[in-house]
Amino acid sequence: MTFTPNYNLRPDLLAVAEMVKSNTRVLDVGCGDGALLYYLLKNKHIDGRGIELSMDGVNACVAQGLSVVQGDADTDLSYYPTKAFDFVILSQTLQATRAPVEVLENLVRIGRRAIVSFPNFGYWRVRASLAIKGKMPLTKSLPDEWYNTPNIHFCTIKDFVLLCNKRSIIIEKKLALKSNNSLVPQIYRNFGGNLMGEQAIFLIHRNE
Amino acid sequence: MIKSDEFETKMEDYNKHAILGVKQPLVLECGVSLNNFPVYYQTYGSLSEKKDNAILVCHALSGDQFLAGVNPTTGKVGWWNLVVGPDKVIDTNRYFVICTNILGGCMGTVGPKEVNSETGEIWGSNFPMITIQDMVRAQALLIDHLAIDKLFCVIGGSMGGMQVLEWAATYPERVLTAVPIAAAAQHSAQNIAFHEVGRQAIMADPNWCGGNYYASDIFPDRGLAIARMVAHITYLSEPSLQTKFGRRLQDRESITFGFDADFQVESYLRHQGSTFVDRFDANSYLYITRAMDYFDLSERFDGGLAEAFRGSKTRFCVISFSSDWLYPTSESRMVVHALNSVAASVSFAEIRSDKGHDSFLLDEPEFWRVLRGFLSGSADYFGLDEFS
Repeated sequence: MTFTPNYNLRPDLLAVAEMVKSNTRVLDVGCGDGALLYYLLKNKHIDGRGIELSMDGVNACVAQGLSVVQGDADTDLSYYPTKAFDFVILSQTLQATRAPVEVLENLVRIGRRAIVSFPNFGYWRVRASLAIKGKMPLTKSLPDEWYNTPNIHFCTIKDFVLLCNKRSIIIEKKLALKSNNSLVPQIYRNFGGNLMGEQAIFLIHRNE
Repeated sequence: MIKSDEFETKMEDYNKHAILGVKQPLVLECGVSLNNFPVYYQTYGSLSEKKDNAILVCHALSGDQFLAGVNPTTGKVGWWNLVVGPDKVIDTNRYFVICTNILGGCMGTVGPKEVNSETGEIWGSNFPMITIQDMVRAQALLIDHLAIDKLFCVIGGSMGGMQVLEWAATYPERVLTAVPIAAAAQHSAQNIAFHEVGRQAIMADPNWCGGNYYASDIFPDRGLAIARMVAHITYLSEPSLQTKFGRRLQDRESITFGFDADFQVESYLRHQGSTFVDRFDANSYLYITRAMDYFDLSERFDGGLAEAFRGSKTRFCVISFSSDWLYPTSESRMVVHALNSVAASVSFAEIRSDKGHDSFLLDEPEFWRVLRGFLSGSADYFGLDEFS
């Protein structure tokens, strides 16, 4: 049984992958079926580890030969030593954690750098849904009804920037992806990103 | 010649063994030295020229070295015949599989029913107390004897998994990958408690005679059978017992108002007990269960379990089963957290199964898929040839 490499990586994961340097140690928190880890292993020759909540995800990863443990971002990150990884990735998971600040602090403690991606609650369609329809938003990156969404801690790009500033976390790079997965152009990034970006990707580290 | 679908074995090959502790004795943890002692083992597949494809399988409490093919003692297929063999999960076309009868066992390796080479008498109750570490150090002597430097993998379930952890902690440079299955880094109070019931049953049997029953032809069968019956319950799960037996009656239409085995579950346990005494030694059972009770890997290292694995380059794959209440997932997770805290390479999967602790011996496709993936991923990582 051989695993067919998935080179059709989701565009937001491709954008994350581009931030990872070759031949580094990487921890992917919430690694799902291991698609990103596998891509990084094959293309950037990383030494990769993963944490995944769902057993189906974990078993799929281990069966592909990836080093992945069943675990939870909220409870299991505290067991990892400081600066054990060059990059710690948390993609599309921050908004589903119980204690996002603790998780974020753990990310920049365990990793020399962290890459965090999340659905932007400041996206204009989200704002429009609330402002015009008066309903909780349903978009491509937020497909669940309010009563069955795993997302319990939404934030906007601006909120995330403010939190990083407050916790003295340095933002090295921030990207906003439009709904067609293209980048929000550079000139709008500081102002328009929070409005036009459906998803956000941050490269951060702890100020030392 | 005994044949199974996969392996043909000549009778003399079933007596494969090495005499160890010849140049220098094996000094046990309890302080006693063992000289010139036999370790019996079986091998499957062939060792590659580079000697890089050896897998050591560590057996559990009641297991033995006959893990695949036909067991000559019972005439049945080996205890891991589902997993080990040509084209199976542990593929003997690719890997060289070694399994030793553990120290203290009763299938040839030195143990209470064997002769003390120094006195010429049967050890009996004079056999020294052994530990999991002693078992592993005896295995390491055998691996030396086979002139194998590094093991591609050390793998085992239950007590076998304890040996795997011990191997990884004691000989990290000799173990490329370690797979402890349904195991723990220390024996829990509940597990010690169940073992104590088993031991008391054996020692309460008048035929036990303080452990020196070998001269007579009576054995503490009743005690050993009861010990096995108790232990067997702990290897299963409540749902699996309920599904398999429920309250169904054994070959009768109604209850008999007596203490005969009215229920199927009673008949099943009695059968488990009586077949066990045909192949196992009561003193071995005492010694091995004690070794398991004494096992606590964290106790030996200042700073706890994590220190046992600090700096380890070994790739670990920890596996537990959701319905295992003897070695529950929480115990495996403790090992995983310790490994994480020293940034070791570790995979961990909890397999959903309702078959309890014994799941690792049974037909569990999800377990096999994970194990196969881990082994082949690791073989790629360490550059093993496709086929030896």
